[in-house]
Amino acid sequence: MLKKTLAGIGAGALLFGLSACGGGDDGDGGDGLIVGFAQVGAESAWRTANTDSVKAAAEADDRIAELKFVDGQQEQDRQIEAVRNFITQQVDVIVLAPVVETGWTDVLQEAEDAGIPVVLADRGVEAADEDLYVTRLGSDFTEEGRKAGQWTVETFADDADGTRILELQGTTGSAPANDRKTGFFEVLDAEGLDYELVDSQSGDFTAENGKSVMETFVTTHGLDGIDLLYAHNDEMGLGAIQAIEEAGFEPGVDIQIIIVDGSAAGFQAGVDGKLNYIVECNPAFGAQLMDVVVQVEAGESVEKFTPVEEGVFTADQFEAELPNRQF
Amino acid sequence: MSSNGNGGRAALTAGLARVRRSAYLKRLMWPLLVLAALIVVNIAVTGFDFILPSVNDGRLGGAFVNILRRSAPLLLIALGMTLVIATKGIDLSVGAVYAIGAALACQMIMESGNQSSLGLVLTAVALALAVTALIGAWNGVMVARFGIQPIVATLIFMIAGRGIAQLITGGQIPTVDGSSPYTRLGRGAILTVPVPIVIAVAVLVLLALLTRRTALGMLLESVGGNPEASRLAGIRSKGITVLAYLVCGLCAGLAGLIGSANLASADANNGGLWIELDAILAVVIGGTSLLGGRFFLLGTTVGVAIIGTLDDTIINVGLSSQWQFTAKALVVFAVALLQSARFRAWILGPFTRGPSAEAPPETDEPKEVAAP
Repeated sequence: MLKKTLAGIGAGALLFGLSACGGGDDGDGGDGLIVGFAQVGAESAWRTANTDSVKAAAEADDRIAELKFVDGQQEQDRQIEAVRNFITQQVDVIVLAPVVETGWTDVLQEAEDAGIPVVLADRGVEAADEDLYVTRLGSDFTEEGRKAGQWTVETFADDADGTRILELQGTTGSAPANDRKTGFFEVLDAEGLDYELVDSQSGDFTAENGKSVMETFVTTHGLDGIDLLYAHNDEMGLGAIQAIEEAGFEPGVDIQIIIVDGSAAGFQAGVDGKLNYIVECNPAFGAQLMDVVVQVEAGESVEKFTPVEEGVFTADQFEAELPNRQF
Repeated sequence: MSSNGNGGRAALTAGLARVRRSAYLKRLMWPLLVLAALIVVNIAVTGFDFILPSVNDGRLGGAFVNILRRSAPLLLIALGMTLVIATKGIDLSVGAVYAIGAALACQMIMESGNQSSLGLVLTAVALALAVTALIGAWNGVMVARFGIQPIVATLIFMIAGRGIAQLITGGQIPTVDGSSPYTRLGRGAILTVPVPIVIAVAVLVLLALLTRRTALGMLLESVGGNPEASRLAGIRSKGITVLAYLVCGLCAGLAGLIGSANLASADANNGGLWIELDAILAVVIGGTSLLGGRFFLLGTTVGVAIIGTLDDTIINVGLSSQWQFTAKALVVFAVALLQSARFRAWILGPFTRGPSAEAPPETDEPKEVAAP
């Protein structure tokens, strides 16, 4: 009975939501929104998955009439040109994934003068230009670190002799590296976990450096008594797993491993039992982006920063999730 | 041929050759001292385990052996770079060529049905080496035939190369099964010696023999010293230059194969990133002048060992990642100063009795001569 009532309420809410959207569209002359998307480029598997997700979501979404996609090939000039073209074409909303943080003031001002709202995807722009875009949809790296920290606290709460941790940081000074570290230790400290950070070095987000740094960790500290490896992305984690195996240890068993990102390769390693926890950094925010775009166009107020919905996965979930991985 | 080519230098007496050999050792001494100092620091921090090899799974391991194994790709590239620099050139494209070689081999192996087929792996390796040698030769032709400055000619592939590697891999990271014989290139061992070390040492010996036991080395130096005079002396300067770049490209490709075999994957964006700078650094630390005209393969080897050991030292001493570049800069600074005869004279001057303690750099230089 209760279930039925809930389902009824849910269906009603859904219908209401749909009709509300339909009404918004009618006001714009009918056939849905035209969105311009200036993407960074195709510099990584993550980015390719991101592009595919946005394109697919726009295709599937009835509220979006057309997505004009421009690949910036990692050059700001091309992106600025793309945004100017979007303004000339009078698109309804501009989505920009800025390759760098600075130098956007002029073109964003032009968009504002033309009355076209701008949504930033993934990356941000410098604080001085904050008034020139409506919202940024992207990953909350600090939150990703907190999630890793939370699992650590739960997993090692009963570790009597203290938890000994190795950390593979991302590129020194990059936002994901800084924030994933901060969030992680913020939780460990707040929860009062008895831990020791045995060593923490940059693996530059690459498998190559992750492996070589891990090799040095093994020769310098040994792996006996090390409980956990926290790798800021899965490339480094996968490299480190190789180093651990080649040193004659069993990754995931002799040392527990957390990675952030969650590529198919990372999940495969998880299925093979070589790592224990995956914090997702989700490139597949196309559907969420479309929601934000529609909200922004309708003039609804949105937060300045909209975090992407990102999951966490434990060992028993790896196998089921693997087929869903898009990069 | 050699006596014609270099103004009768081949007529040098055995005594003079001995003097030069000792000068060569003297030039090696400072980099060797720095390397020794780094090793001592590591031993002091982590104990003698640092230097003592251990056998793990039928493969030599231990901290220092690991450093040598990981340095193999850099050594290969630095050796090629040494030859190019000897011709007064430079090759900035090696990192991108590394990525192309890695991408070609891994993509080809991944796309085939049976990754454990030895024939397939050999074909992939041969293809990758052929393409990278071709790129090297192209660089050489741009420099020697069309007279484009080396830094510009090789910059083209430095920029375009990673794009090409991405086209090969379709923007993804191709992975090879851990069971494929390809991975032996990076992870295997021959008589417990890791394969990367075997390959790098083999290339070092081969290049040393080719350049020091034949006239090739002298021809390289003469082309680098004065291409026009060399040409007038009857040396085919352009051919020699193209050859140097070809070998450099080939070395970069081989390094890419070893690096990607070690990881069983090829990252077009990050594989061998900035390795050209480390290679140039190693060459310079080893005492080869960027002005061309002389080169020291052994010096380069010591330079590579210093750079490889340095990365580990920073971790062992417990410096944070932020220190990595600063520490590297300080050591390079120290080596550069130690190698400068004028700096040594200036520092040691007050403590030495005779003016003969340090010969002026001009006569200090061991202009090596290929034995006939």
